[in-house]
This record gives sequence, C-alpha cells and structure tokens, in this order.
Amino acid sequence: MDFLGLDIGSTTAKAVLVRGGKVIYQKYDRHFSRVRERARELVEEVRQLIGGERIKVAVSGSAGLGLAEAAEVPFVQEVFATSEVVKRKAPETDCVIELGGEDAKIIFFDGGIDQRMNGTCAGGTGAFIDQMATLLNVSVGELDALSLNHSRIYPIASRCGVFAKTDIQPLLNQGARKEDVAASIYQAVVNQTIAGLAQGRRIRGNVLFLGGPLYYCKGLRQRFCETLELDEQHACFPEYGRFAVALGAAMYAEKNGLETDCDALIARFDRCKNVGAGRGNLKPLFENEAQHAEFAARHGKNDVPRGEISAYTGEAYLGIDCGSTTTKLVLLGRDDEILYSYYASNRGAPVEIVKEQLEKIYALGGERIRIVGSAVTGYGEELIRNAFGVDCGIVETIAHYTAARHFQPDVDFILDIGGQDIKCFRIKNGAIDSIMLNEACSSGCGSFLETFAHAMGMSIEEFARRGLYGAHPADLGSRCTVFMNSSVKQSQKDGATVEDISAGLSISVVKNALYKVIRVGSAQELGRHVVVQGGTFLNDAVLRAFERELGLEVVRPAIAGLMGAYGAALYSKKCRTSSLISPEELKGFTHTATSAVCGGCMNHCHLTVNRFGGRKYISGNQCARGAGQSAGETDLPNLYAFKREYLTGLKSGPARRGTIGLPLALGMYELLPMWHAIFTSLGFQVQVSGLSTRHTYELGQFSIPSDTACYPAKIMHGHIEELIDQGVDAIFYPCLTYNVDEHGGDNHYNCPVVAYYSELLQGNVERLQHMRFLYPYLNINNASRLARGLMQCLHAWRPEISRGEMRAAVKAGLAAREAYVQAVRREGEKAVAIAREKGKRIMVLSGRPYHIDPEINHGIDKLAASLGFAVVSEDSVCHLAAKPEVQVLNQWTYHARLYRAAEFAAENPDVELVQLVSFGCGVDAITTDEVRAILERRGKFYTQIKIDEITNLGAVKIRLRSLIGALEEKNHGIC
Amino acid sequence: MGYVEFTREMKRDYTILVPNMLPMHFEMIVQVLRNYGYHLDLLRSSGHKIADTGLKYCHNDACYPAILVIGQFIDALQSGKYDPHKTALIMFQTGGGCRASNYIFLIRKALEKAGYGYVPVISLNLLGLEKHSGFQLTPSKLIRMVYALILGDLLMTLVNQTRPYEVEPGSARELAARLTRELADEMAQKKVTYFWVRKACGRVIQAFRQLPVAPQEKVRVGVVGEIYVKFSPLGNNNLEDFLVSEGAEVSMPGLLDFFMCSCWCHMMDFKLYGMRKREYLLQKIMLRYLMHKQRDQIQMLKQAGYHAPTPFLHVTELVEGYIGIGTEMGEGWLLPAEMLELYESGVKNIVCAQPFGCLPNHICGKGMMKPLKEKNPGMNIVAIDYDAGATVVNQENRLKLMLANARENQEAQKSQSA
Repeated sequence: MDFLGLDIGSTTAKAVLVRGGKVIYQKYDRHFSRVRERARELVEEVRQLIGGERIKVAVSGSAGLGLAEAAEVPFVQEVFATSEVVKRKAPETDCVIELGGEDAKIIFFDGGIDQRMNGTCAGGTGAFIDQMATLLNVSVGELDALSLNHSRIYPIASRCGVFAKTDIQPLLNQGARKEDVAASIYQAVVNQTIAGLAQGRRIRGNVLFLGGPLYYCKGLRQRFCETLELDEQHACFPEYGRFAVALGAAMYAEKNGLETDCDALIARFDRCKNVGAGRGNLKPLFENEAQHAEFAARHGKNDVPRGEISAYTGEAYLGIDCGSTTTKLVLLGRDDEILYSYYASNRGAPVEIVKEQLEKIYALGGERIRIVGSAVTGYGEELIRNAFGVDCGIVETIAHYTAARHFQPDVDFILDIGGQDIKCFRIKNGAIDSIMLNEACSSGCGSFLETFAHAMGMSIEEFARRGLYGAHPADLGSRCTVFMNSSVKQSQKDGATVEDISAGLSISVVKNALYKVIRVGSAQELGRHVVVQGGTFLNDAVLRAFERELGLEVVRPAIAGLMGAYGAALYSKKCRTSSLISPEELKGFTHTATSAVCGGCMNHCHLTVNRFGGRKYISGNQCARGAGQSAGETDLPNLYAFKREYLTGLKSGPARRGTIGLPLALGMYELLPMWHAIFTSLGFQVQVSGLSTRHTYELGQFSIPSDTACYPAKIMHGHIEELIDQGVDAIFYPCLTYNVDEHGGDNHYNCPVVAYYSELLQGNVERLQHMRFLYPYLNINNASRLARGLMQCLHAWRPEISRGEMRAAVKAGLAAREAYVQAVRREGEKAVAIAREKGKRIMVLSGRPYHIDPEINHGIDKLAASLGFAVVSEDSVCHLAAKPEVQVLNQWTYHARLYRAAEFAAENPDVELVQLVSFGCGVDAITTDEVRAILERRGKFYTQIKIDEITNLGAVKIRLRSLIGALEEKNHGIC
Repeated sequence: MGYVEFTREMKRDYTILVPNMLPMHFEMIVQVLRNYGYHLDLLRSSGHKIADTGLKYCHNDACYPAILVIGQFIDALQSGKYDPHKTALIMFQTGGGCRASNYIFLIRKALEKAGYGYVPVISLNLLGLEKHSGFQLTPSKLIRMVYALILGDLLMTLVNQTRPYEVEPGSARELAARLTRELADEMAQKKVTYFWVRKACGRVIQAFRQLPVAPQEKVRVGVVGEIYVKFSPLGNNNLEDFLVSEGAEVSMPGLLDFFMCSCWCHMMDFKLYGMRKREYLLQKIMLRYLMHKQRDQIQMLKQAGYHAPTPFLHVTELVEGYIGIGTEMGEGWLLPAEMLELYESGVKNIVCAQPFGCLPNHICGKGMMKPLKEKNPGMNIVAIDYDAGATVVNQENRLKLMLANARENQEAQKSQSA
C-alpha cells in the first residue's frame, strides 16, 4: 500500500507518495488559485506512476481544508502534520520555523511542544516576498540573488506586508540599491517571524527551517541564521523542507487516511466541482455589455484637448508625477493642450525612466519646442527635481487639486486613488475645506489590484475587464489588503470565479476609500460635483463600483491617471524660464547611489547619497543635518525637544539604598519627574533607560506577545532589557488604573495598555523573573495613599524606610511633578509668543506623552520645525483653552488634554493641530473623529499622522506639506 | 454631553430594540422587562450585511462588537419593520477604562450619521452614568434580571454538556428553546421570586436529565474571551457550532462570573486606591448576593451529576502569581482566571476569542499565555481574532490545530493510564 499526502497551501500544491517508508514521488507547484484542478492533476500524475494500486490518502493545507471537506477526504492540520514529521525525521530539533505562502509557523519542541501560527494581521511570508519582488520588478529568484550581494540593511517595518511596502517604496524612489532593499525585505520577514510568532520564547538550539520560501531563498536563510546567531550545526535546511507538510499528511494517511485508488480519488474531486453555495450576494457591476457601453460613452466625454508634438512650435510646460509605483509625464502647449504624455510603472528606477522620457521629448520636439516651465510632484519629487533641475516641486495634493479644478471649476469633492495613496479633498467656496489621506494600513489601492492580477497570472487590464461581468461579485471585506488576500482564499473555496473576485476586489477598494478614509455616510456629504481620478479609476470596474455604492454620477477625466502630472504642468505655467536639464547635459547624465549613515545626531538616519555627475542629493534624512546643512530648525521653539531635554536631564543622587531602574516608555514619559524625585529622595540612585532607538526595539522584540499592540508598548520590552543589562537592583513601572486627575474630563483613566503593561512584562520577559520588578497598583492622586502603596511595595526590599521618610519623598515627588507641568506650560506659552513675534505658524503636535520619543515619532517634530512651524505639545497648551463639548465619554487623562489642545487650535487662527496616532491604538478610533469635529466646527483643517515602526517620513511630509499648501491656498489662492 | 432621553411618555408606545448577545439569557431578560410595561424586540438578524452596515456608520478601527451592534441596530431601523420615530435602543454600558464604555456614544454618533439622531439610546448600567426618566433600573427590575441570568447560565451550561451526546441531533437545543419560552412565559405571568427560580432550575435540570444521550468520548474545549465575541454567534462566526461539529464538548464560564467580576473590580477601586467608598459597600452586597446564587446553582448541578462552575472566590485565588487582581479593564484578570478555572476542572483545551486589536486582551489574553502555558503543562490555548475582515478559513484552520493537539493529548493520556 502507498500513502499519498496532499498539501494544498495558499499558493502552492504539494504531493508526496510514500511506499515502504520511502518517498517515491514528490511534486511542488503553484496552483494559481485553481485548487481543485491542481489537486486533480497531481493525483493524475500519481496514477500514471502507480496505476490502479490501492492508496491511503490525506489532505492538508489552508486551501486543502475546503477541498477535503467537500471531497470527504481526511484532513490533517498542517502544523500538526509538520510536528509529526519532525518528531520522526529530526527528533533532536528544538524549534521549527516554517514559512508558507500566507502562513508562518513556529513549533517549539524543547520543554513541551508549543505551536504558533501567525495571527490575522501578519503577511510577512511567501506571498509577501512575491509582492515585494513585483515591486522591485524582478523575479523571486532574482530577488534572492540580489540579496546575497547586499552591503547594508535598511530598517523596514515588519508588522505587516502593507507597512513594509510603505517603507520599501520610498527607498526605491530615493534611489537605494536593489541589493540592499532585497536583503532588507528578507530581514523584515525574519523580524516579523521573531516578533510575531516567537512571542516571548527564545529561538535557540537546533532549528529546523521548512517551507517553500526557506527552501528556495538562500538570502532569506542567511538572514535568519545571522539574526538568530545560528551556526551550521544548529541551522538545518533539510532537503524535504518544501514537502514537510505533504510528508506529514502521508504519514497521517498511513494511520487515518482514506483507502482508495487514484481513479476513485479523482472521481471524488470531480464530484465536488460545483460545491460552493456561499457565493457573494452582491449585484454584478454590469448586467450586460450595452449597459457598459452606455457607461463608457458617458465617461468618454470628459477629455482634454490634445496637440501634436511633432507639429507644435513654441513654449511648452512639463509636469512630472513621480508616484509610488508609477511615473507620469505630461507636456502642455500654451493652450493647455496635451502634447505628450507618459504613464507606466516606475519599475523601481524612476530616474532612469524620467531620463528616457526626457530624451524622447527632446528628440520629438527638436528645436521647435522650448520648455519654459517644469514642475514635479509625488514621492520622488526631490530626487527628480535634483536630478534634472526641475524648476519647482509641489506637493501632490495641490497638484491633483489644481488639475481637478481645471477640469471642473465648481468641483465639490475630489477623490484620487493612486498606486498606494488615497487622497480626498472637500472643496467649499472655491477653497480646500478638508483633506483626507489614507493611513499606511488602508492601502487597499491600485498597486494591490495590480499585484493581485499578477498573482492570478494576468495583466491588470485583463483582470479589470473580467470583473465587469462577474455574475456574483465576492464580498471580500475592506479592512486591509492582507485580510483581503485571505478573503479571496475563502471565496475561492466557496466557488467564486476570477470574474467574481475581480469585481469583488473593485468593490472592496471603493468601500475602503468611502468608509475608512473618507468616513462618508451618504452621497449628499460629498456634494454634487465629484471628480474621481488616479490610475485606479481608469479601471471601469472600480469606477462603476464607486458610482453604484454612492448612487451618484461622477466625473472621471480621460486622463485620470495623469492628473498629478497635468496639475504639475499647469502649475509650472507660472515659470518664464526653466532650469530644466538641457538636451546636451542630458547626454552626459549619470546617476549613482551609495548608502551612508548620518552621524549628525543619535538618530543615525540611514542616508542614500545620489550623485548626478557633479551634483549630489541626499535622502533618508529626518532633519536638515543629514543633508549636510546645519540644523536650521533651532531658532524655532520645539516643545518636543524641550520635554526630551528636561526628562533626560534629571539628576539623581548616590546609591545609598541601591539603584532603581525606570524604563522611559509609555506612562513613564508623563510621570518620570515624580518617580525620579521620590526614589532619589529615598536614597536610591535612579537610572533611567535612555530615549529609544531602533536598537532598543530590537533588543526587546523577542518577548512581545501580541503583535497587534502599539509600537510604544512594544518598545517597552527593549527598555526593560536595557535596564537589566545595566545591572540595576530593581525596576519600577507601576500599574496605574487611574492617571493624574486634571479635571479635564469625566474621568481620568489610563488606557489598558499603559495601565497594566507591567503585568504583561512580568509574564513574558524572562529575565525579569530573576530580578526585583516592582509594579504596585498605586493611586497617584492622593499623597497619603501613594505613600502607603509605595511603603508596601518597598517593604520586602528596604524595610528600614520609615513612614516619615516616605511621606517626605512623596511630597518631593509631587512637587517635582508640579514643577515639570508648570515648566512645560510656561514653555508652551513662551513658544506661542515667540512664534507670533516672528510671524510663524504654530503646530500643536498632539499625541500622548510618549510620542516625544524620537524612535516613536521618527523625528516628525523636527520635520515640522524644518517646515517652518513652532512645535508645541498637547500638554503645553491645553491649559490655554476651555474644555470643549464632545460627543463621547471623555474619560482618559491624555485624551482630555487632546480635546482641549484641539479647542486651543480651533480658537486661534495661527495654530494648526496635527494628531499623532499610534497604529493599533484602539482608543484613538474614538478620539480622532472627535478631534476632527472640534477643529472642523471652526473651519480648521484636521491632519492625522499614523505612526508605527515605519521609519520613512515620505508620507508624513506629504501630509504636512499638504496642510501648508492648503493653508496658503486658503489665504491667497494658488496659481 | 447631550443625549436624547427616553421619557416616561415614550414608554407607552415605543419599541425598544435589544442587540442579541446570548440568545437564551437575553430572551428571558427581555421578558422580565416586558412585565414592567416595555415593548421590547430582541434582534436576531445576522449575516454579512450587519458588519457591512456597521462599517459604514462607525469608525472602522472601533472594536468589532461595536461595529456589529451598530450594524444590527441601524439595519433594523432601515428595514422598515419599525417606525424609527417610535423606536428606542438599549445597550448595556460597562464603564471603566476600556473603550467599550464608549459604545453608547459610538452608537449615538452612528445614528446621527445615518439620519436617526432622534432615536433615544438607553444606557443600561449600574453606575448611574446616564438618567432616563422612562427607564430606571429599580432594585426589583435588577433582581429579576439577575434571575433571568441565572436561568440563562444554567440552560447554557446544560446545553453545552448535553448537546455532544444527544441521541436525537438537535434535541438539546430544542429542549433549551422550549424551556426558555416556557420560563419566559411564566415570568410574564407571575411575580417572580427566588423560590420560583430555584424550583425552575430544578425543573430545567430534570428535563435535561431525561433527554436521551449516548455516552461517547469527546474532547472538552473551553471558550473564554471578550464578552461579546465569546458569547455571540454573530461575533464569533458560530464558534460553538463549529466546535461541536468537530466533536468537542464546549465549556463556557457563564455570564454570572462576568458580573461578579465587575462588582469585584469596583470594590478594588476602594481597596487599592481608596476611591468610591460608598459604592464599595453596595458592590460588596451585590457580590455576596450573586455568590450566594452561584453556590445554589453549583450545588444543584453537582447533585445531578453535571460539571458545575467554580465558586467565584476560588476563581479570584487562581490567578495569584499570574496577574494582579487590580487589572480591571475589559475582562481584566477574569480572563486568565477563567482559563485556569477550566484547566483545574479538567478542560485543558481553550479558545481565547477576542476582537482584533482588543486593548485589554493584549495584557490579559495574549500577554498571559506564556506564563499560563509554562506553569500548566498540557494547556492547549489558541487565540482567535474576530473582525469584519478576518476570514472563517483562517479561524477554522487555527481551531483545527488546537483540536488536533487536543485529540492527540487525550490519546496519550489514555494510553498512559492504560
């Protein structure tokens, strides 16, 4: 008897046939979502090998789950199957790491089996590597080869695929070497596996690596070994790595498999062809072709005049939109007619493309055409501007607005869905009234559709076309692209066709934009004249889904994909002479990129130095210092810097009673002056962990149990490790259900994470168990209660501390806290006064106390300062405004400040508020709408910046510059 | 913070819509309230459109339970079945530092957005967070609602312990449904006393004992988690049904524990921080009262040969060395406590259900798994995130892993003892 194991994962299908303990057949293949067919083909091959012999069969894998159910074949869960294989084939293994198409797993064997699978929000797996390869315009094999020649690793967010993409795309646009990016991608996968799956358990001993990606990608193996510090004896990449699960299924079949033969098995698979009653209940996008033709005709009317470049003579204007995934160029004649346009993927090398296109334009235009103005917009703005001497750079929001208004002067609402960004503008009285941009985590945009089309083995055009007539569009949800991937998997299981999935994805993209980014309730909110643009709307399926969801006819310009470049070209008409690179100069144009680390400050930004012949452009820097200039922001007040200096400058006394470590993270940022003074006064030497860096995070990432917690919480683990390394006698981080009562709200809670993080640390940071970790539950609003609580907490360690001593210490602590609060407020008032004197705008960069940490805010305060804002924090100005009316329960101390800071911004015309929100902060799902309401009531802009591990400030810069652009436009009008 | 009050006049002809979290419990609670002259309707809608509607009117990063409840309410208002001008909503409000205290406000904002800003939302809470002249929580109402809770917990426990073994498929649930209806009717007819409740409990147990069952081997799986997704089939994609269909016996610590824990946490505010002295006494009395009722239930179940819940005080002791009992937000320390309670009673396989990104569960759920597993060999926990975007395939695949291990452990244990 032979034993057949089928492992049908999210992207590949594997089969293994075992006879007498030996593998006599194995096959590994992508299934392109044709699950049942591919399984059938595999069995077909087996039949050719063994004919009608009896076999026992079992199925495994995430896509196999549905098939096994439908065909009534025994199913074995894949991690379970793997464990069985390892127990038998490699019993000395301590830990298994298995990466699959969409799942990642870790199994620990030492000290009791413990299996982990990635949660819902973790896409750093095979599918992620595929996506990233597409982004770099290379095959997976090439990506691997590239990675082996890297010279450095960039920090790339590893929380999920979408986030990683947000870090990678700008790197490419800034000219980073592909070799380095490739290796960094692998490193992100490694980090994610460790942070997301190990969850507090160290990976050590003999480690076995399984699964397709780890079998094929040598570079990935290298990254794992280096990161986990494994030598050759301890890292094992077995030959059967790809087939481990299938092998496990075959072993399972031996005991519990279905006894049958190949023909009968094929018949079973055939029988379940039409299974899948759970089809989407959404209406098809178009009932018939006539309906589509009418639709296409209506939208065909919205075109712009065109001219002939080979015939045109005179002045011309060039607009370049160097976007995240595509590069667009438009050349306008004097009557705004389009002489030349270009739209294509930037293939990870935008400089090359712009060079080619310029050559082409110069060749076509010859002496007749004189370019007198040029402008560039998009992610690659500065790179392209520096490379080719483009006259002006404008922020893309303004470029898109300029273009849309040119098209429809009485526009009420503009929605632009590009490759990676969603931008929305509400226009009131001819001026931008509000701007909404998507967050990193809702990038359900164009590039997602495109990558998905490629995964299905077709072009995006083909994919979109097929979606038009999908009879039962699949309902795929709208939260994020990673979730959508698994929704697609599910609907395939339910029998959805490519047509249904394409239509369903278009609907999801639209829902994501409407309900997550714009937060619209009804069509009326958008107004009567809506313009939609961006490359994604060239897809008729998306456009149709949008009109249907809103019940509104909208305008889609025929040049929807070119609007950014078109707007830039229109903008450049201000220019009279151009500094654009001449045809002669272009001939000698060269571009090289090298990497460097900035030594300007402790941030150690990773820089990319681009050289264009003699000129140099540096990117990746968070402040002006990296670009070789002096830190130009110093003359404007920055409360974030002030607070950082204050907190890191606290001095402690001698260690009369020992040393006590305070981790500078989460709530400690608020109460450090108090705890510091209390312990110093009690005769302890207080050691504060320093400001965080990326390294801090990496130090502690091994013990993070919940990958969806916020970054400020995750970084706490590193601070604890740091303190333990410093050899302190004890670490103190109390549990505070209630924060300071400032009487600013209905109550004064901390959020659950800030309040109880110590409980989690105690349970998960191994080294803490061997030392004194103090985390008492304290009431900080009542001096005698506080003293009593601290007495109890310190009693076992320092019983000699007297009540009187403690009372005095608490008194000193409360005084120190008060002094800090007053200092911050005084400084806030001073900052406002200085800014007004200098005629500068004031920005309330409003977050939580821990957002002043340079690793958590990634230098946003400095960026704001470099853009000409005086930066104040929420707690430095909240005393200057009254408590505003809010529609929610105002019960958290930090949020009460936030609302009051918003009120302060609303009251003052020269103050803008930017809200910092940490990804995963559940409470901010409540506050953001309120803060927006407070600001918009008084006609102010609301800007939100979501931050996480992502280090690249490209998107942040766009947000802040959009704000400035909108403010200026409101005051003076553009063009 | 202004809100539309539910006035005395409204009581006469308004229909109050109730979201459905626990079918059996809520049906009886609704019946109790009907006796006080309210017109209530328990929402039973389900399906994709609930979450879709919720996402449309609520911040998409809000907790999944909020999205579902809002979706269910607005879907009902839009269905045409009710006159929105003669309809009110009711929602239980917990209070505390979790964002769940804000559900009520999220509902109001969503209503505003959907054009139903005039619909009153009644906050059902014990803390006096809001006043509604037409709906006051009097002691008599409260006590009767507790009775409904007790009966609901009992029915749930019995169904869970009977259903996997029933001879006639579906018979346990049918019996429970019939009993729920009967008890609800009786509550409507008579002035309910605890004496009646005790007798009713006896009758329920008796009825279940008479249901034909066939003993067979099952793996026992406990379900704990965030209160809504733990109990609501809408929230957890019919978790209970899935587990039963996979051959498991489900064990779910009851709703009574949650309320006792809630009393306990309020008491902690006084004990740890010296706050809310007045409430302390009241909460203490309530806790005593609930513990007494729980004791009765435990006794009755034990006598009849069923697995009984663990006494609350013992549950509070179980978490010592794992988490502080001052961890009061969300389910707080009760979450790991329930896992330990299950473990102690022989249920080593546990599903921890939570909404995606649930804040307190970072600490009390996922944060406690490592120490729990370390100190309790063989504890087999799987954490499942529920969300509008999460797929059933992924959830079921993880559940299957837990079940496969559960079966293997059971086999190993059997061969060991044999």
